[in-house]
Amino acid sequence: MTAITANRVNNVLTLIGLTWFTPVIRMISGENPRQELVQLWRLLGIPVVAFAVFLGLWSHLAQQVETSLGKIPGPVGVYEEAVSLWEDHKIQREKEAAFYERQERRHAKKLAADPNAEVKWRTYTGKPSYVDQIFTSLKTVFMGFLIATAFAVPIGILCGLSPLFNAAMNPLIQIFKPVSPLAWLPIVTMVVSAVYVSNDPMFEKSFLNSAITVTLCSLWPTLINTSVGVASIDRDLVNVGRVLKLNWMTKVTKMVLPSALPLIFTGLRLSLGVGWMVLIAAEMLAQNPGLGKFVWDEFQNGSSHSLGKIMVAVFTIGIIGFLLDRVMQTLQGLLTFSDKR
Amino acid sequence: MKHTSKTKRSFLKTLTAAVVAVGLGGATAMPAGAAELELEKEELKFGFIKLTDMAPLAIAYEKGFFEDEGLFVTLEAQANWKVLLDRVIDGQLDGAHMLAGQPLGATIGFGTQAHIITPFSMDLNGNGITVSNEVWAKMKKHIPHQDGKPVHPIKADYLKPVIAEYKAEGKPFKMGMVFPVSTHNYELRYWLAAGDIHPGFYSKSDISGQIKADALLSVTPPPQMPATMEAGTIHGYCVGEPWNQQAVFKGIGVPVITDYEIWKDNPEKVFGITKEFADKYPNTTLAMTKAMIRAAMWLDENNDANRKEAVKILSRSEYVGADYEVIANSMTGTFEYEKGDKRPLKDFNVFFRYFATYPYYSDAVWYLTQMRRWGQIPEGKSDGWYHDIAKKVYRPDIYLKAAKLLVDDGVAAKKDFPWDTDGFRAPQSEFIDGITFDGKKPNDYLTKFSIGLKKNQVVVGADVQG
Repeated sequence: MTAITANRVNNVLTLIGLTWFTPVIRMISGENPRQELVQLWRLLGIPVVAFAVFLGLWSHLAQQVETSLGKIPGPVGVYEEAVSLWEDHKIQREKEAAFYERQERRHAKKLAADPNAEVKWRTYTGKPSYVDQIFTSLKTVFMGFLIATAFAVPIGILCGLSPLFNAAMNPLIQIFKPVSPLAWLPIVTMVVSAVYVSNDPMFEKSFLNSAITVTLCSLWPTLINTSVGVASIDRDLVNVGRVLKLNWMTKVTKMVLPSALPLIFTGLRLSLGVGWMVLIAAEMLAQNPGLGKFVWDEFQNGSSHSLGKIMVAVFTIGIIGFLLDRVMQTLQGLLTFSDKR
Repeated sequence: MKHTSKTKRSFLKTLTAAVVAVGLGGATAMPAGAAELELEKEELKFGFIKLTDMAPLAIAYEKGFFEDEGLFVTLEAQANWKVLLDRVIDGQLDGAHMLAGQPLGATIGFGTQAHIITPFSMDLNGNGITVSNEVWAKMKKHIPHQDGKPVHPIKADYLKPVIAEYKAEGKPFKMGMVFPVSTHNYELRYWLAAGDIHPGFYSKSDISGQIKADALLSVTPPPQMPATMEAGTIHGYCVGEPWNQQAVFKGIGVPVITDYEIWKDNPEKVFGITKEFADKYPNTTLAMTKAMIRAAMWLDENNDANRKEAVKILSRSEYVGADYEVIANSMTGTFEYEKGDKRPLKDFNVFFRYFATYPYYSDAVWYLTQMRRWGQIPEGKSDGWYHDIAKKVYRPDIYLKAAKLLVDDGVAAKKDFPWDTDGFRAPQSEFIDGITFDGKKPNDYLTKFSIGLKKNQVVVGADVQG
């Protein structure tokens, strides 16, 4: 492997956040193996050891706590619950297939009796499996995040460009930024119930309630970062724009946005993180069938498996949050200019 | 092997029956009561609270009774009774497993105002009153024993000295119930008052229900009862299963009495829908009532032979979700009081026998009398008013129509339903205090209680006037 290709592979890996891979590449491309091994130990070995220590401590300490639902499950218990959730997912899929098969027979019978009969396909009515719930949560968070972005970026740009507008918005931003999702939710619920009335709704109300709550809480980091990014644009660039007599639209799209992009992305990353965190609470209360409701239902079940399942959810939430952040980081790397590449 | 061939055969049987029915329907105009109804709405969403008495819904779904009627039903657990009621009222849910007092309370406007009706009673009995270990230890000293075990039923008389003790120490004695208009609230109050413990009045201006109270009652959602008691926020509670047995299993409390012993075969949950829904979708309403009657029959069939299977279904996380053993403890003909003190109690959960699913007017009247007794209905009302409200909310007409369709389909027998009743049960006297209830004379009934509002009495401030 030549140094150049190694470098390229390396850049891609760094971009998607797999920095620990770098020493391996370097070793393959023939650089000082000893030095690279040390590097590998630092980047990969230490985290792995730390995680192992964490698992050990967890399984030891979990044994000490006796709750009314039994002992707190250790890593093995949680792993078993994860497996059983996966098995349950497969069972649900089979039931779903059986459901459609029954419907097909039903339709066939109906059509045999009357070829002009109208047959309607019903979607599966059973419970969502754990995997379905993860996707519901992802859908909800992205819906809320997209709405938030659609408002936050334009308002942020205006704030950054016009000190006057910024002064007007500032108090509102400061007041609403620290409000908890749990405070927004009742208001959102009532407003959605009153405003969103239709016979054949495209979205479930519970879905909208959760998504809008996410929006209200995840709006602020993007808004603030965008306005800071826009405001701190290089004076020289502004002057060049003035000399070239660029119109407003061109100025925004060609100058302001590109130079503010890194900060906008930082804002978006933070927003998505906040949104994901807030979502779980919103789902618990709004009864949106995602991970939040899963946790709440298991808490209510109070069975001997409940704690284990809730812990599976905790890890799922954590890992997905981490992945979302990585995805945003990668996007940021791809779309913005930086000196490092 | 044997099992498969049997299911296959029964499947073929249903298939031929269905084909014949469809054939007939195509040939002539649908005769009344034949096979499938013309449904106005086929996709439905029903809510429930995680309690074993939601069983008819789970069974109707899992055994395909809803689908047999052409209904595609989604069942969804709700966070608490308030959320459930609100979602039925604003149409997010088409119907729900409700407390008997909820349709009545909503219709007379106590809490949220909406006209809710019920074509189907879901079960009899099924609740219990549990106290914390600490309270039990203090109570137990006063309870007479036989063969080393406390004699049941345990009256609230034995709780009275414990409450006096708390009072002397200046500590409030708190108990949980699940909702202001819940059967549990009234049963707990009935039991306390029968033991001369005042459970408190409601008034027009104070709806906490704690005026003049010796025991302070407050609302906690059923599944959170054990945890709330464990945390010491309440000293006891009245709730449906499996949350009393859960306390036994967790070792955090002791059930002292079941509602079966407070009032033998008392009506418990109902299935509630808005009047609007029933008017707009009459055939759908009939079809779902049919499916639920079949589920109730299945639950009590062959001397409760199916209960174990039902428990297995209910213990799944999407339904009640508690452990199999906990649910089985009360659903399979027994009830465990103190740990290890398991006694037979066959009728703890009744889903079909004794005409359990028929919505009797007299049941509605009983709940209304209790609302009056404790001031939720702040002023005196005439006997006629009680009967009018009962007839507005309880709808045996729909129930009997559905029952007739089932008899015509050959699924149910004629003797399973009370065709000739006027909707009032014969006067009942199997209450813990021995007082007789006659649904036809609610005001007369109210005068028999030593604690409680009667005639034209009104609670003003902290006093009873009139």
